[in-house]
Amino acid sequence: MSPGDGLVQLTAKDFKSDQEVRWCPGCGDYAILAGVQSFLPELGVPRENLVFVSGIGCAARFPYYMETYGMHSIHGRAPAIATGLSTSRPDLSVWIVTGDGDALSIGGNHLIHALRRNVNLTILLFNNRIYGLTKGQYSPTSELGKVTKSAPLGSVDQPFNPLSVAIGAEATFVARAIDTDKQGSAEILRAAAAHRGAAFVEILQNCNIYNDGAFDVVRDQKENRLYLRAGEEIRWGDKGVRMRPDGTLEIVDASVGGLLRHDPLRDDPGLAFALARLTFESAGAVPLGVFRSVTRPVYEDMVHEQVRTSIEEKGEGDLQALIRGADTWTIG
Amino acid sequence: MPPAGSLPGVSGFQVHFADHDILTAGDRPDVLVAMNPAALKANLRDVPKGGTVIVDTDAFNDRTLQKAGYPASPLDDGSLADYHLHGVALTSMTVGALKGVEGVTPREAERSKNFFALGLMSWLYHRPTEGTVDFIAKKFAKRPEIVEANTRAFRAGWNYGETSEDFAVSYEVAPAPLASGTYRQITGNTAISYGLIAASRLAGLPLFLGAYPITPASAVLEELASRKDFGVITVQAEDEIAAVGAAVGASFGGALGVTVSAGPGIVLKAETIGLAVALELPLVIVDVQRAGPSTGMPTKPEQADLLMVLFGRNGESPVPVLAASSPSQCFDAAIEAARLALKYRTPVYLLSDAYLANGSEPWLVPDVADLPDISTSFAEPNGDPFEPYRRDRATLARPWAIPGTAGLEHRIGGLEKADVTGAISYDPDNHDLMVRLRAQKVAGIAADIPELEVDDPDGDAELLVIGWGSTYGPIMAGVRRARKQGIPVARAHLHHLNPLPRNTGDVLRRYERVLVPEMNLGQLAMLLRAEFLVDAVSYTKVRGRPLSARELEEAITTMVATA
Ligand SMILES: Cc1ncc(C[n+]2csc(CCOP(=O)(O)OP(=O)(O)O)c2C)c(N)n1
Ligand code: SF4
Ligand SMILES: [Mg+2]
Repeated sequence: MSPGDGLVQLTAKDFKSDQEVRWCPGCGDYAILAGVQSFLPELGVPRENLVFVSGIGCAARFPYYMETYGMHSIHGRAPAIATGLSTSRPDLSVWIVTGDGDALSIGGNHLIHALRRNVNLTILLFNNRIYGLTKGQYSPTSELGKVTKSAPLGSVDQPFNPLSVAIGAEATFVARAIDTDKQGSAEILRAAAAHRGAAFVEILQNCNIYNDGAFDVVRDQKENRLYLRAGEEIRWGDKGVRMRPDGTLEIVDASVGGLLRHDPLRDDPGLAFALARLTFESAGAVPLGVFRSVTRPVYEDMVHEQVRTSIEEKGEGDLQALIRGADTWTIG
Repeated sequence: MPPAGSLPGVSGFQVHFADHDILTAGDRPDVLVAMNPAALKANLRDVPKGGTVIVDTDAFNDRTLQKAGYPASPLDDGSLADYHLHGVALTSMTVGALKGVEGVTPREAERSKNFFALGLMSWLYHRPTEGTVDFIAKKFAKRPEIVEANTRAFRAGWNYGETSEDFAVSYEVAPAPLASGTYRQITGNTAISYGLIAASRLAGLPLFLGAYPITPASAVLEELASRKDFGVITVQAEDEIAAVGAAVGASFGGALGVTVSAGPGIVLKAETIGLAVALELPLVIVDVQRAGPSTGMPTKPEQADLLMVLFGRNGESPVPVLAASSPSQCFDAAIEAARLALKYRTPVYLLSDAYLANGSEPWLVPDVADLPDISTSFAEPNGDPFEPYRRDRATLARPWAIPGTAGLEHRIGGLEKADVTGAISYDPDNHDLMVRLRAQKVAGIAADIPELEVDDPDGDAELLVIGWGSTYGPIMAGVRRARKQGIPVARAHLHHLNPLPRNTGDVLRRYERVLVPEMNLGQLAMLLRAEFLVDAVSYTKVRGRPLSARELEEAITTMVATA
């Protein structure tokens, strides 16, 4: 992420485009859009250096509403396009907005490769556990047994846990937020934007038309939120998380002590992975916040470093010498 | 006399075929046939990089390697990576071919391997065989059994070339006498790589390649990956969809975005190329065609992707298409593809094939100062609200406004856009207009490309042979053979397939008969018939091999005879 010049103080309004926002009234996407627009002034990156790239879906309409550069591309391919853009233009701050179908179904391949390469991107995945734009088919995050028009007898597909996928794909930054949780989301956006490399943020988003209430247990029932905070004990209410001798996690009464302390900087992804797999069903709470934030060389840096050293060693390429080659002969 | 197999004991001879006068003594061989390691060591330096090296694997063993001073076998250690290396069991195949020839000693049988090698060379270069067979008969007239042995070995070598998978390409010798200047040997894939680098320099834009390895296109990725001193960025993507996506992303950012693949990969890119049509951003897509369908014959050439690249996208989705005609012409074709992509803000297809990709020919190295200026400019703010789809009057190209330019923030995408403003629009009349504008923009390129040239020396031909792509050499040679027989025949070759040169219809209608040889089932012929209502007749072969001059000569004479 390139630092801003800090000369002009922008406001949320400066990031609103002239396009009418067309999500369904009540859609969780509105809150996320407002959250990003009010966070960006703080980031200090000039609008012209921000690019939002998306695929297809309700979520993917996002770039049209942002007064920045943007591309609403094709289904699932935003990570590929953003990889090309960010690699050729490392001076830009490139963001991806994607849905659960866009990112994890048709675009799953591109997502995991952008993450393992550690391309300098901020990826916001709006997870509503449904295909919104195409009117309510089950998605790769829909729960087993989910009844939709395309699964009248219930889905038999084991769902993905987006954070597990990201951590498994060697992501260096992994976080989870809730669409309507203004303060929590702002903190996470701040951390994600500050991260150099691929930052992956799952945002639990309510689709009030096709999957209303999917996250009520944590969206409405705030007592079930488990905020992970660096350096602090992993706990909520009177409960906490402890590690058993065999390395698995257990939920205990916080008063018994010995709770885990959260450390997103841990290089080993094992604990982040285990935390990411705590669900309301298994633990009684949904963990939120930054699960993992580690430093690894950034793709663009390495690409441009190779260009730099090649020029340093061989000199700036001489086109005539190149096409002439070493073996020539002359006629005439 | 130094012993055979040691370096000073190496003997050899150089054969030069050409259908023009040989102007230099300094010509370097395209092919080295090394009968043992010592011969390889002594002569390799004469073979230009990219040349072909054929070795008798029967003669490569620890002893002979040691004698020649090789610490490890050069066949395995990668030291011949710059050459097209073919290991052929010359000795044992020759001996096998001569089984049953009476009166020939084992030593004599072994010696016939020279003729086996000559047979293979004759096949590789489409040389007629009769002259050699006559020569053998005369030269060894006193010993009929040696005539028999050498003729058999010669034929066996020729047949080996014809059937072996190892020799994917065989070359038709370039027809024209070579102009004066500095030459080098170059393959189509190298020429495309250099052409792209040159285009990036000539345009003043960084070159960005997104690619996923695939035969026979990988060499372009590999070549460009090794040219970082030219600022080239290559991304070996996770698949072909990502490869072209990355190129589109780079183009959005102001680079010359390129992707290269072959048929199976090109199919995967179709949706993204459609996006680039809607975005109206520059993009070069190189399709090094190979025999299909599906995986087909990956190393073998074919021209069967033409209709796919023209029409293989959803919606009305016009894309300019160019085709290179010879290995060295790939260089100019790549620059031309980039020129059109940048000037008209459009994806452009460049078609090559496995024949051009790996085939090499002498190339008169151009002076960089003579290459065309293909520079373009990015949009600049002028105080008015930015209109991303306001078109240039002459080219109908839209402005290229790259991120980082304050005041031009805008959003583009695959949804239909309103003319001028680029806002999302489902308005019926607007869509009709946009579809026509995109078509018109591409069609308008016809005014910006050369007319189709016709080679009709006496102007009295009634038959026109028209082709595209790598059939250039074979068609030229076939036409020349027919002319030698006294048949007047005209010839034209298309380098632009979409749009076609503006005089194409006139040229076709000038001739009574039109013959269209292609390595597909008649794709160009279908286009010409549909577009110009002419009775173009197809000559098609899809054997995974280039057409031969002889069969084209025959096709021409047959057509003339049945007039
Ligand atoms: C190649 C292709 N296949 C299918 C579609 C249809 N399609 C558009 S969006 C979508 C799913 C969107 O789901 P998600 O990514 O979860 O986004 P949401 O609408 O829920 O925000 C599908 C199947 C398409 N646009 N392109
Ligand atoms: S369908 Fe669902 S996700 Fe899409 S806009 Fe409506 S509420 Fe939002
Ligand atoms: Mg969804």
